Amino acid sequence: MCLAIPMRLLEVQGELGKVELGGVLREVSLVMLPEARVGDHVLVHAGFAIEALSEAQAAETLALLGEVMAAGEAGGGDGGGGDGGHG
Amino acid sequence: MAEDARDALQALLRSGQAARAVLADIRRLAERTGPVRLMEVCGTHTMAIRRAGIPSLLPPGVELLSGPGCPVCVTPNEVVDRAVALARSPGVCLATFGDMLRVPGSSTSLAEARAAGAEVEVVYSPLDALRLAAERTDRAVVFAGVGFETTAPTVAAALKTARARRVPNFAVLAAHKLVPPALEALLARPDLRVDGFLMPGHVSVVIGSDAYRPLVARHALPCVVAGFEPVDVLLAVRMLLAQRAEGRAAVEVEYRAVVRPGGNPHARALLDEVFRPVDSAWRGLGVIPGSGLELADDYRGLDAVARFPVEPEPTREHPGCRCGEVLVGALRPPDCALFGRACTPARPVGPCMVSSEGTCAAYHRFGG
Repeated sequence: MCLAIPMRLLEVQGELGKVELGGVLREVSLVMLPEARVGDHVLVHAGFAIEALSEAQAAETLALLGEVMAAGEAGGGDGGGGDGGHG
Repeated sequence: MAEDARDALQALLRSGQAARAVLADIRRLAERTGPVRLMEVCGTHTMAIRRAGIPSLLPPGVELLSGPGCPVCVTPNEVVDRAVALARSPGVCLATFGDMLRVPGSSTSLAEARAAGAEVEVVYSPLDALRLAAERTDRAVVFAGVGFETTAPTVAAALKTARARRVPNFAVLAAHKLVPPALEALLARPDLRVDGFLMPGHVSVVIGSDAYRPLVARHALPCVVAGFEPVDVLLAVRMLLAQRAEGRAAVEVEYRAVVRPGGNPHARALLDEVFRPVDSAWRGLGVIPGSGLELADDYRGLDAVARFPVEPEPTREHPGCRCGEVLVGALRPPDCALFGRACTPARPVGPCMVSSEGTCAAYHRFGG
């Protein structure tokens, strides 16, 4: 129920915005995100944009993931490269 | 063209290569922590975890269990019964999210009531229910508002608009629930063994990661707010294991692109204006102080309970259903005698088998 989808904000008209994902267009309310700007990636839930994706924060997560992947590759020889492990 | 970090991240969070690397790190950390039990409290996480087969990829000592994260599952029968009674009232159209439709009440679901002639409309947004009220001026549209903090502000926004425009034929059956008080109630149970929480991503977008600080301070339990791609979940598991390995307990955010410490101030202001906390009954957890939302005084005129007095049927639980235990992580769905036999997604006995995010539905669909 708490599903929310990141979509690109194409238009802003007052409290309403037009968003797009994979060619699907939708109208959303911007009352919870009045600072949204055209071009933002916004998280859409039940007809409302509830947050904008921060590019800086995404870059941080990307960097963290990069570190983990580098560490995994450097020390990962013991893992047998398998998807093994049945829990 | 410079690649956008948001797009690059989205792609990487679904990649097998990233998943394998994080899993290798998890295996290393698990050797230091010993066995750990981590609980997710978000139905969308439950589905994402089962769909990706994450439990079978984790080292044997790392166990994921599902908590009370599915809003329609924790909603007691009484709310469904009242919604059904409202839908059967002449001149009332009951609007709700699709998740609510097939949830069994004491004797019937909204879907069954609709098949028998009651007026029930499924909407994508509470604003659609408001639109419906504007179109159908000959009847009252009652929106059955269930959901956690993610959804409650959208209902608050619809209520605020309805009040401002003086829409005469719109009302809400307010049955929203709040996650942090439920986690406190869960942790008060002596039978619960949990070493860390995977916190719900979109609830946290609204309330902010700081909302979990009191809980962490009181219980010294690692908490990580997670996103919903398979690698998001794995990264969050890794962060929880790292905290355990280092003997720390803190609120950390894996889902940093959208979760801020203070949440979304506009959404929180909507909640504060339209609702106020109230004691609320949860399936499996009983009545939890301050864990529900009722309409604030200025919005009382839009309260469906006051506006449309109906007599719901006496509440009855199915005798064999063990959803209450499943919801607190005390019982794995396959260990319920009804699971997959008397209770299936096609013929659900309890709400956990119905919802698109119920724990039993997830196990049934993707395996345990």
